[in-house]
Amino acid sequence: MTEKQSAAITVKVQTEDFSQELIYKQLAAIPYCGAIVTFVGLVRDHPELELKALELEHYPGMTEHCLYSIAEEAVQRFSLKAVQIVHRVGYLTPEQQIVVVGVAAGHRSDAFAGAEFIMDYLKTQVPIWKKQHDTSGTLWVEAKTSDQQQYNRWSKC
Amino acid sequence: MIKILFFGALRERLQQDSLNLPLTTSCSVEELQHKLCFHSPAFTESFTSANLLCAVNQKLTKKDQMIQSGDEVAFFPPVTGG
Repeated sequence: MTEKQSAAITVKVQTEDFSQELIYKQLAAIPYCGAIVTFVGLVRDHPELELKALELEHYPGMTEHCLYSIAEEAVQRFSLKAVQIVHRVGYLTPEQQIVVVGVAAGHRSDAFAGAEFIMDYLKTQVPIWKKQHDTSGTLWVEAKTSDQQQYNRWSKC
Repeated sequence: MIKILFFGALRERLQQDSLNLPLTTSCSVEELQHKLCFHSPAFTESFTSANLLCAVNQKLTKKDQMIQSGDEVAFFPPVTGG
């Protein structure tokens, strides 16, 4: 596990599972915050796919730097009081947790927007790749145009 | 000398995760990509057709970014984390 931390930002890339509840409790302990949003991404199975696992590969070092700078930008843009991001790598089976983004803010609009901003950036800018293992073999997941469009929205604001 | 790293589907196609390349004069990402085309047939295919992203010293860069000796360069397909 690798970790980078400052007063309000924690970023981790790890193979182990994480506890959303623990992250929520840590965020709830931050003074003067009136809103917490946590998002958890799971390995999604598909009816006709028979997914066995997702294999997540990343660029060690750059992944942590990217997540940290996204968190810093989110803190600036949405006046967040704290951000926690944990992204798992390695082999993950259906329904397992992949990623958690937790943010604490003064008000709900900043908390919702901050968490969405972080996820949209994460999906398109952080060097992580998914490989699908199913009954017919393996296949690298292709980047989606829709994810890029979600990301592009933030540059127009 | 520069260190070049490959990730994801590109790493698998090239059947290697890194390459050390002597670099006597600085060149752009685009020029490096062109040089790599001549490395082997697998490289030719990957570096001429694929939609690749590039990072220099762990920062995403554009194709006109200059590369100096000692830099860490990485090529990879569009990312799919999250």
